[in-house]
Amino acid sequence: MTQEPNIKVILASQLRDEIRTMRGQGQRLVQISATRLPDEVELTYSFDLNDRLTNFRLVLPGEDTVLPSISEIYGCAILYENEIHDLFDVRVDGLTVDFKGNLYSTSVKFPFGSTKSPRAEPEPAPATNP
Amino acid sequence: MSRTVIPFGPQHPVLPEPIHLDLVVEDEKVIEARPSIGFVHRGLEKLVEKKDYVEFVYVAERICGICSFIHGQTYCQAIETIMDVQVPPRALYLRTVWGELSRIHSHLLWLGLMADAMGFESLFMHSWRVRERILNIVEATTGGRVIFSSCKIGGVRRDIEAEAITGILKEINEIEKDMRDVCKVFLDDSSAKARLCGVGVISKTDAYDLGCVGPMLRASGVSQDMRRLGYAAFMDIPVEPVTRSEGDCYARCAVRCEELLQSVRIIRTALAKIPAGEIAVKVTGNPNGETIARTEQPRGEVVYHIKANATKNLQRFRVRTPTFANLPAMLSILPGCELADVPIIVLTIDPCISCTER
Amino acid sequence: MSYFTMSKLALKWAFTKPVTTRYPFEPRQELAGSRGWLVFTDENCAYCNVCAKKCPTGAIVVNRAEKTLAIDHLSCITCGCCVEVCPKDSLGLIPSHGHSQVTKDHEVFQKTGKAST
Repeated sequence: MTQEPNIKVILASQLRDEIRTMRGQGQRLVQISATRLPDEVELTYSFDLNDRLTNFRLVLPGEDTVLPSISEIYGCAILYENEIHDLFDVRVDGLTVDFKGNLYSTSVKFPFGSTKSPRAEPEPAPATNP
Repeated sequence: MSRTVIPFGPQHPVLPEPIHLDLVVEDEKVIEARPSIGFVHRGLEKLVEKKDYVEFVYVAERICGICSFIHGQTYCQAIETIMDVQVPPRALYLRTVWGELSRIHSHLLWLGLMADAMGFESLFMHSWRVRERILNIVEATTGGRVIFSSCKIGGVRRDIEAEAITGILKEINEIEKDMRDVCKVFLDDSSAKARLCGVGVISKTDAYDLGCVGPMLRASGVSQDMRRLGYAAFMDIPVEPVTRSEGDCYARCAVRCEELLQSVRIIRTALAKIPAGEIAVKVTGNPNGETIARTEQPRGEVVYHIKANATKNLQRFRVRTPTFANLPAMLSILPGCELADVPIIVLTIDPCISCTER
Repeated sequence: MSYFTMSKLALKWAFTKPVTTRYPFEPRQELAGSRGWLVFTDENCAYCNVCAKKCPTGAIVVNRAEKTLAIDHLSCITCGCCVEVCPKDSLGLIPSHGHSQVTKDHEVFQKTGKAST
């Protein structure tokens, strides 16, 4: 069955060191996901070795915080980090391949809310009558 | 030598789904590939805010048309873990049978598309002809050919009776003979081998470092299959991952052909061992908690990260599909290949772009 | 390495019956469990609105005062939730494909038993 997530909370300054340790152990990057909370963005990094998951949690408070990129250590992280920038308006520092906001084209610029405005409102849909 | 930029996609005869690549070529050799995705982005992850967690099964199934059943199954598994629901064993076996039927139909679809990319149209038609019989079995048992709608939180919605089980086993025996014929053409025929052997080689360390999953990883020699985690009925039915060591397109094709036959064996075992009992338990209340669920889709490992906060809408629903993990590998094997090999390489990762972009 | 592997198979399959139905020369065979089209009978319907609440796409609209039930077949995903939850068994899924529409209208059923589109 699915495993209980064992999540270790870390700070942004510890991120690169922890990821280098994972790389040294030969762990595979599984996913990077982001959640919008009322005042902050919470990131979860998951790694796998021999079918066991190890997860890290990072909380980015408020506005103008910068996420250090791990794409120099794990090259495949570029897709995840570009997506987080496009959907959540999080500035990522040090991307090896930067799409500059053009990975997804959406009608609303940052669909999951940006650090400037907590919730993005889409344009109202045209009224339909049944 | 001068360089030309050739746009590949988003509409192209070999692509099942839209993806755009700008290929920088020098005289037929590809130097660089610049991707541009986002044509099928539907914003499904944000839909959790509108649909409650019970109805969301129908949205989760519709993330992709080819791998739809296993998306629904993984979603139900994740919510059942958060809410601590014990699914009855008969439901677990039924989910396994439908999951393996889904895997067979997906691999046959891919074999057809690969034959089409090679230009081998008659083999494409015959692969899909075999797939039609699988879809008939699926429609007779679940009601839909593509979107099964048979998983729900707490179990499954429909049962398969004993006479239907004997009918399915008989049908599978005949389909297996046709599948072996189709696989024999892929693996032995000289023109298929000339197009597939030695194309798009990826080494074992590269495949692991780039984060590949599924047949991409197994064809390079890494033995990894999420069915070993033991979800659904796989606790009772052990699965040995099918691996090859060459790491080229031929090896990936061979891994998928062998997985077809492995799925047939799993279906036979599951239908022989299926226990009697009820097919669902009633689930009430709201989920509260967080989990990460992983299952093995035909294309690889899919990861569902779900957070719930005791309301009827989930707080966060995040899907990491296998094609998303395989895309960096595709972009790394494109440079250095011939222009005519580009469709083979794009299709060898089994791209399901609607899964990738949700 | 073998040559002409496909020719043997193509010859064999040229003389086997096709898997698909040769519609319209043969009639369409409907599989018994197939979820094709939603139908409604208003004999026992209590207009309780449970089907409309359960519908994931909002394809059913019930008006209790006027005793009408409207189904939007273009939004209906034939999931069968309304069929399972109806206390009077008034809704059902039949295996046929139903009829095509040229306008995006609901199919409205009025209590007298006559259907109008």
